[in-house]
Amino acid sequence: MSAVVEVSARHRLGAFALDAAFASNGRLTALFGRSGSGKTTLINVISGLIRPQAGRVVVDGRVMVDSAAGIFVPKHRRRIGYVFQEARLFPHLTVRQNLLYGRWFAPRTEDRGSRLDDVLDLLGIGHLLHRAPGTLSGGEKQRVAIGRALLAKPGLLLMDEPLASLDEQRKAEILPHIERLRDGFGIPIVYVSHSIAEVARLATHLVILDQGRVTMSGPTAELMSRPDIPILSSAPEAGAIIEARVLRHEPEHGLTILQTPMGPLQIARRSVPEGAQLRVRILARDVMLSLRPLDEISALNVLPGTVSAIGGRHGDGAALEVRLDCNGAGLLARLTAKSAEQLRLAPGSAVYAVIKSVSIDTP
Amino acid sequence: MSDWLSPQEWTAVRLSLVVATTAMLASLLPGLAVAWLLARGRFWGKSLLDALIHLPLIMPPVVTGYLLLIGFGRRGPIGQVLDDWFGIVLSFRWTGAALACAVMGFPLLVRAIRLSIEAIDRKLEDAAGTLGAGPFWVFLTVTLPLALPGILAGMILCFAKAMGEFGATITFVSNIPGETQTLPSAIYTLTQVPDGDAGAMRLTLISIAISVAALLASELLARLVGRRLPVA
Repeated sequence: MSAVVEVSARHRLGAFALDAAFASNGRLTALFGRSGSGKTTLINVISGLIRPQAGRVVVDGRVMVDSAAGIFVPKHRRRIGYVFQEARLFPHLTVRQNLLYGRWFAPRTEDRGSRLDDVLDLLGIGHLLHRAPGTLSGGEKQRVAIGRALLAKPGLLLMDEPLASLDEQRKAEILPHIERLRDGFGIPIVYVSHSIAEVARLATHLVILDQGRVTMSGPTAELMSRPDIPILSSAPEAGAIIEARVLRHEPEHGLTILQTPMGPLQIARRSVPEGAQLRVRILARDVMLSLRPLDEISALNVLPGTVSAIGGRHGDGAALEVRLDCNGAGLLARLTAKSAEQLRLAPGSAVYAVIKSVSIDTP
Repeated sequence: MSDWLSPQEWTAVRLSLVVATTAMLASLLPGLAVAWLLARGRFWGKSLLDALIHLPLIMPPVVTGYLLLIGFGRRGPIGQVLDDWFGIVLSFRWTGAALACAVMGFPLLVRAIRLSIEAIDRKLEDAAGTLGAGPFWVFLTVTLPLALPGILAGMILCFAKAMGEFGATITFVSNIPGETQTLPSAIYTLTQVPDGDAGAMRLTLISIAISVAALLASELLARLVGRRLPVA
């Protein structure tokens, strides 16, 4: 089966050279890397804002760029939505007119009546329709920009650090909307970010860029639990992602019990219904390792596993990351090189991961 | 009002308004096209075109008028073609006066529009492109509305220039009452005859009134447009 997005591009811009290729089937593909790594250049190639010197872009089976065959579909015929870092709303139009702008150019075959309501509902912007863009807050602008791109009925949605210019509170306000968009709208998303927290929360597929090249590409949970990808594993917020389901609540203790591939997990109570799917993030720095099962300990989660890989120390620092295989699920633990040596950890060692319930994050 | 002005003066006022309005409207579309080319185009000879457009602004108006006479006169290379093929005669007609005014006002019109197009954030045009708008629609729905204040300013400048145009007009189409005698020509004529002072003063006051009205109209329009735009 061919991928939803397939890109390879070579492009030189002054001293910067992009030479990147990836293919993804994910609902939300994150392009992750430091600033200047070529993330934005790459999605500009996908959108048609940049014509690469050489390359090939295929979206959902449709060839957009093929420099060898001389194909270059101009941006307005690609039906690829783009949410820019700065919302770029049209200042001379109202919010409503901004939202409906793409409809003039979208094919008229589909039902045109209901989508506006769906989008208003999804993004919670119904009350802003008659405002001018200049009067909106940063978060509101960005939600209108997302709605505007969606209403142009794109086959693919590109988002270039849509949260970068917002404060923490505004980010928290928009993230749930992007999650609902990912899970309920059926439009694949390519999302540019340099924030591990955002990627961990949103991405199903992860593409890591460094100096214009793709260094890694794969499912987010798999890459996040590898100890040998320094940009992820040596970051302070490194950690594994585990897909879980809510098993039951224990109101008397204020706990929620999750079912995960590595066994039941007890976390601080969340207001999610039983049976709901949930993504859990366990930071590497919150995981302790023990060679024997511990019973008289305050931490509620003690999970058996085997060491599958040990990363190197970061420079001359004390810490390193260890990847555990817990019944098929990957877990990342950060410990000092000294502890790893004292415990004689090596790939294949049987260990117990100790995780405090209160430190488990559900992003 | 017609009691206050002599029939000849009244004709000059009316003719001036018709000539200036025609000049302004006729140069609008070519002015937009040239302004867009100068603001956005990348082509060989761009600075040459820019210089050519600005020539009427720096040359003596009489020179411009004389060149028009050579080119668009009945025997001129362009004038002859227009006459033979389309039956259009410009020399010594009010249409010729409108042409002279349009040529003189053109650089002002183009300059104002060009500056406002250059001030538009091209990222907005890119955004419109990703929403499915082709280049023509981007121009019509984003570039043009955002350039509107500059377009209005350019139109008013062009109109005001046309109302006051004297040198090129009188050289090209002369000073024929009822056909090519515009306000400035009429004022000039009145100052050359005995007892013409009162008439010259009346036309001068009207000229001032029209200029002020045009200025106020442009302010009003700019404010109406500006209400839709963020405060600059």
